[in-house]
Amino acid sequence: MQRKKECVAMLLAGGQGSRLYALTNKIAKPAVAFGAKYRIIDFPLSNCVNSGIDTVGVLTQYEPMELNEYIGNGQPWDLDRSFGGVHILSPYQAKKKSSWYEGTANAIYQNMNFMKKYNPDYVLILSGDHIYKMNYAKMVRAHIESNADCTIAAIEVPIQEASRFGILNVRDDGSIYQFEEKPKVPKSNLASMGIYVFSAEKLYKYLEMDDQNSTSSKDFGKDVLPAMLAAGEKMMSYRFEGYWKDVGTIPALWESNMDLLGVDPAFDVSDPTWKIHSRNPLAPPEYISETGKVDNSMIALGCEISGNVYNSVLSSNVVVEQGATVTDSIIMSGTVIKSGASVQYSVIDEHVTVGNNAVVGEEKAHAQGITVLGRDITVADGAVVSSGAIIDKDYKGD
Amino acid sequence: MARSAVGVVFCNIQDKNIPELSALRAIASVPFAGRYRLIDFALSNLVNAGITTVGIVTKNNYQSLIDHIGSGKDWDLARKDGGIILLPPYSNETDAPYTNRLEALKGVMSFLRHRNEDYVVLYDGDGVARLDITDVVRFHEQAGADITMVYQETMGTPSHYYMTLETGADNRVSAVSINPVLGQKKVNQYMNVMVMQREYLMNIIQNAAQSGLSSFGRDILSKNVDYIKIYGYKFDGYYAGMASLSAYFKANMDMLDKNIRDELFGARDIYTKVRDSAPSKYMNGCAVKNSLISDGCYIEGTVENSILFRGVKVGKGSVVKNSVLMQDTVVGSSVRLDCVITDKNVVIRDRRNLAGCEELPYYIAKGKML
Repeated sequence: MQRKKECVAMLLAGGQGSRLYALTNKIAKPAVAFGAKYRIIDFPLSNCVNSGIDTVGVLTQYEPMELNEYIGNGQPWDLDRSFGGVHILSPYQAKKKSSWYEGTANAIYQNMNFMKKYNPDYVLILSGDHIYKMNYAKMVRAHIESNADCTIAAIEVPIQEASRFGILNVRDDGSIYQFEEKPKVPKSNLASMGIYVFSAEKLYKYLEMDDQNSTSSKDFGKDVLPAMLAAGEKMMSYRFEGYWKDVGTIPALWESNMDLLGVDPAFDVSDPTWKIHSRNPLAPPEYISETGKVDNSMIALGCEISGNVYNSVLSSNVVVEQGATVTDSIIMSGTVIKSGASVQYSVIDEHVTVGNNAVVGEEKAHAQGITVLGRDITVADGAVVSSGAIIDKDYKGD
Repeated sequence: MARSAVGVVFCNIQDKNIPELSALRAIASVPFAGRYRLIDFALSNLVNAGITTVGIVTKNNYQSLIDHIGSGKDWDLARKDGGIILLPPYSNETDAPYTNRLEALKGVMSFLRHRNEDYVVLYDGDGVARLDITDVVRFHEQAGADITMVYQETMGTPSHYYMTLETGADNRVSAVSINPVLGQKKVNQYMNVMVMQREYLMNIIQNAAQSGLSSFGRDILSKNVDYIKIYGYKFDGYYAGMASLSAYFKANMDMLDKNIRDELFGARDIYTKVRDSAPSKYMNGCAVKNSLISDGCYIEGTVENSILFRGVKVGKGSVVKNSVLMQDTVVGSSVRLDCVITDKNVVIRDRRNLAGCEELPYYIAKGKML
């Protein structure tokens, strides 16, 4: 008998994430740092292993190097398996044709052989740009019990925001009768989370059909799901209640990081029953010096804090020198905030140097927006970066 | 690395120096500096010298050590050829487990015989240093030594078992003293690391077994300084030997010194087992000064001049000073601690007030609730 996996997960991680601007100049969105020690992709990957799904294809396309290196052999997520495990699936050259992934559905279609190798009953499609904890096994169970061909995870969103999402219109039993992609006047506030469970044979069939359709944009939401619905396949919604955040924009990324802080955080990463696994930094514990002051913050290993850090999230190996102040900000790995500098309401990428007495951003209450500094740049001593600015080159001031 | 070498780490041989901490574990797996165990320094130094095969010699209480080392992957020592080789004691109806280093070595003869590396690095997993083993082996070759012993010039620190060396101008060792009584004077303290050729060590072990010798220090080194070429490799960097509980306490406090921390960890190449803890949370109103905080901590109170291991909680209104709190210690609210070492999973209830002093830190054993 052929060895098989009941469920294989396919994680779409090829997106550029253009609305994260400077943060994704050199890396794909799922590789963006989050919550002091994580990267966005840690959340769907941890959800997979915590749900008992040990076979995951990660589809990459845009700037894949850092993501590939981060995932490596999958060992940090216990996904280094001899049968199954995590596999990076990049676009490839085939005998008959070769092409980049054209859309979400095409990306999965091009990796049909990967899925078929495991002979799965179900395929779980995930995206790599959301922060949430979800037991996918429960969703697969619901899919099986309702005898559905496709099940779509859905969450209620505020009705005034519903027009930003793909909206599911459902009957009382949760079955879907209509999709509306970003409707101007939404009929419901039930948004698709971009998480799908397919019965494998149905998925293969509709991906084949979609590939033959020259007018299709090769997208799940726009093409494949509507085609299945039109053909009368059984499509169910699966209600999710809990924290779920699309961190595809700078304000959303900032807010979601801030949601980790406080006594009763909106999102808790320290739940021992649902561990978020990640590649751990090789660094000693963080050091808070005699002159350091830290309040309401999250700080990762290897940081050296001699200045003030308030309401902020600091990734590993960040240095905050004496007299510097970091407030309401996210600072990623290896960044140095020099003496006397002020950083407020900002997102600073990895390996940035903020010079002595430089001023980055403004107090949140008065700021034009969140200030963003891209990776590897230097802000000169005494330079002033105005609030809401997005800087991706060395900056000496105006 | 010029020539190939294999490492042999003795995990229990210095247990007697800190009986408090080694009651439940081999001294090599004693936690240190917030997220490490003592053996991490031995393993990392060996690995950073390009050594890919390390035999781990254990005797007793080695469960936590085995849990820590796992497959060796965290040190890149999960290898098809070599890697971590666990060498638990050999005993049967007639032979009890080893009682000294020579017997321990006899027990690992087949491990030594089946390797093909030129050199052996014998390393007691109890010291903290960032030691360049490549340089020690180079020195050994250039000196044409039979045995090279690594030492540091220091003011004598008595412990249960230690050796001092007398060296001449060319670093040739002219005397090896075992457990000498030390006054306040400079001595060359042996750092429990030595290098020799693998074949040479195998000969020593065989001859010792045939002649019924029992002490490596006395019968092999001390008595033979005139007949075999023993050289001393002087190490000038930071070294902490774990001679006693107070030495252990002081070594932890040394990690608050930026220069020492940078020397040991600046290159970020001291490896350890990783645990997926969340980053530490600093709550409103907390005050942390001159302290090392590992991941997974949750701090509401005041922490000064202290080392917090993973997952430590410090409640509101509590003041923790000059203390070492090991993994998952829970400090309730309005507690005061000064010069305290808590072992893993200690719980200190609200309003307790505990203090020791630097010479005699107050030690609370694993899992105790106060």
